[in-house]
Amino acid sequence: MSRKLPDDEYRKTKSFRLKQWLDGTKDPFLDTVEMKAQKPFEEDQEEKKQFDQERKTRLTNWVYNSKRNRDVTAFRSLYRICAALFCVFLLITLLTAVSWLPTEGEEDRPVNNEVAERYIESGLQETGAVNIVTGMILDYRAFDTLGESHVLFTATMTVLILLRLDRDKDKKEQHANDRVYEPKNDVILQTVAKILVPPIFIFGIYVILCGHLGPGGGFSGGAIIGAGLILYVNAFGFAKTERFFTAKTYKVTSFCALACYSLSKCYSFYTGANEIESVIPLGTPGAILSSGLIFVLNICVGIVVAGTMYTFYVMFRKGGY
Amino acid sequence: MQIFTCILLGFLLVCAISVSLSKNLLNSILIYMSYSLVMSIIWILLESPDLAITEAAVGAGVTTILFFLTLKKIRAIMDEKKGEEDSQDEELKRLEEEEAKGGEENE
Repeated sequence: MSRKLPDDEYRKTKSFRLKQWLDGTKDPFLDTVEMKAQKPFEEDQEEKKQFDQERKTRLTNWVYNSKRNRDVTAFRSLYRICAALFCVFLLITLLTAVSWLPTEGEEDRPVNNEVAERYIESGLQETGAVNIVTGMILDYRAFDTLGESHVLFTATMTVLILLRLDRDKDKKEQHANDRVYEPKNDVILQTVAKILVPPIFIFGIYVILCGHLGPGGGFSGGAIIGAGLILYVNAFGFAKTERFFTAKTYKVTSFCALACYSLSKCYSFYTGANEIESVIPLGTPGAILSSGLIFVLNICVGIVVAGTMYTFYVMFRKGGY
Repeated sequence: MQIFTCILLGFLLVCAISVSLSKNLLNSILIYMSYSLVMSIIWILLESPDLAITEAAVGAGVTTILFFLTLKKIRAIMDEKKGEEDSQDEELKRLEEEEAKGGEENE
């Protein structure tokens, strides 16, 4: 390296100091700034004592004195008046809106259009479901129901993200806490659960499987099974349920159910859009194995909903399976 | 039947008002649960049994339990027995001891 400046002059320039700083050979603040170790904070004992003594008088004379804080009292009364006014305003607006609605049971209501007519008249032939409501939500509007199932799945994922405990210490604490609240061998609860849980499960399965024949369907049946699972957990504890229902079971079953739903709906959309005859037979209306895809879709929705309800409960209770 | 419906609707109104006026959170959840039950009967009267089943299972069952759990989490429900905290600490200690024992055995 060649340099024009002599060595002494070069040492005074900024570029030399920058180079030194970059190399770490010299602290640039070493001779320029005075450095001192930090003092630990010391509280003045007398001042603190006085402060504590005056605390009560300060509270009564300053904070809770309504004569002194006139602006706060004024704000409070104004707040109450505004709240009442807002309630009245909301009441008037909503009642006016309701009064504009067409009367119940009128013949030329906007709801009674050709869509409802089509559903009622040819719903049975086109979907094969005796229960028109199920035929509507799982055949004509199956895309909406797919979205609903995914909303449930997303909600569970969000709860997992928010409430799941990962650190071991937290988990242990939660475990101990859970044990305290959990009834230990409560005879009444266990006997009631023993009697009630099997009929609840069977009723839930019945509601899911007969969704196309009578009232019910995937969502309600799944909710019933989920409630039965929660009752079972409350009575017998997590050790018993984890023999057949863990986080892995939930993941696998709900993924399979959602994938099955999407694929079967893909098939029916494809055939419907291209006007191809669907291979799936509709069967005789009224039989248990009828109405084509609705039967399968009901089971899928039921599995997703039951798993979701139970997972919500577990997450809220101890933050992890 | 008309009178029955009117009674149920009146019950709904009373429930809805008392939920918002009740000071105790536990009470308001219980009232909310009974509101859902009455609502499910009204759904049956309105000839929609699908909704009635769902309302009874979700509204009266699962939602209420989730509310209870949330109250427990934020410690809004006071414990019936005293010294709940102590027993929790004991439980923790016991668990730790168990773990320590297990560790020694493994070694």
